[in-house]
Amino acid sequence: MSELRDRIQTIISEEPVSLFMKGTPQFVMCGNSDRALRALLESGAPVTAVDVLPDPQIRQELSALSGWPTIPQVFIRGELIGGADIVEELHASGELRQRLDEALGAEREQVVQTIPLAS
Amino acid sequence: MTVTDVLESLLRNAFPDAPTLSVEDRTGGGDHFQVVVESPRFAGLSLVEQHRLVYAALAEPLRDGTIHELRIRTCAPQTADTGGTA
Repeated sequence: MSELRDRIQTIISEEPVSLFMKGTPQFVMCGNSDRALRALLESGAPVTAVDVLPDPQIRQELSALSGWPTIPQVFIRGELIGGADIVEELHASGELRQRLDEALGAEREQVVQTIPLAS
Repeated sequence: MTVTDVLESLLRNAFPDAPTLSVEDRTGGGDHFQVVVESPRFAGLSLVEQHRLVYAALAEPLRDGTIHELRIRTCAPQTADTGGTA
């Protein structure tokens, strides 16, 4: 396993909610990443964002790990929740908040941060 | 054959018994698509698993860049019809 893949795996496993996106929460570079971010924030999720744009390797290694071909990708405590469509759908039905409550507890701090992964 | 037709036939092959199956070219540019698939294959599967089946059916156009953006909506048929229609 490459060092980059290890670092991605560590983020997926250890962060409460990780969002692999194009851009950052402060400067979103893609409409679908924006849809996923909004759904997460509106559901009260803390978000650890990783920008995949600085290095194409990030996206390659991520998709190799997750078996998911598109960006964004959302994980809660290591589990792939889906891309923008699924996250939006789960937000609309209220299931996203429910899953966050189950995984992280209903009372949680909503911290939004970005982890740089450029090699 | 337009890209829309190609995607539709790939999906039709993967989900031959889908009561609902549509491909929409969202922008008219032939690379941003919305697909909707209702299929009995999705019964009992999570949304992630359902979308994985759609990605698998469209693996080639996803890999070669034909599809630039893909929006997916999936569901299993609502009613468990015991009435015996085939």
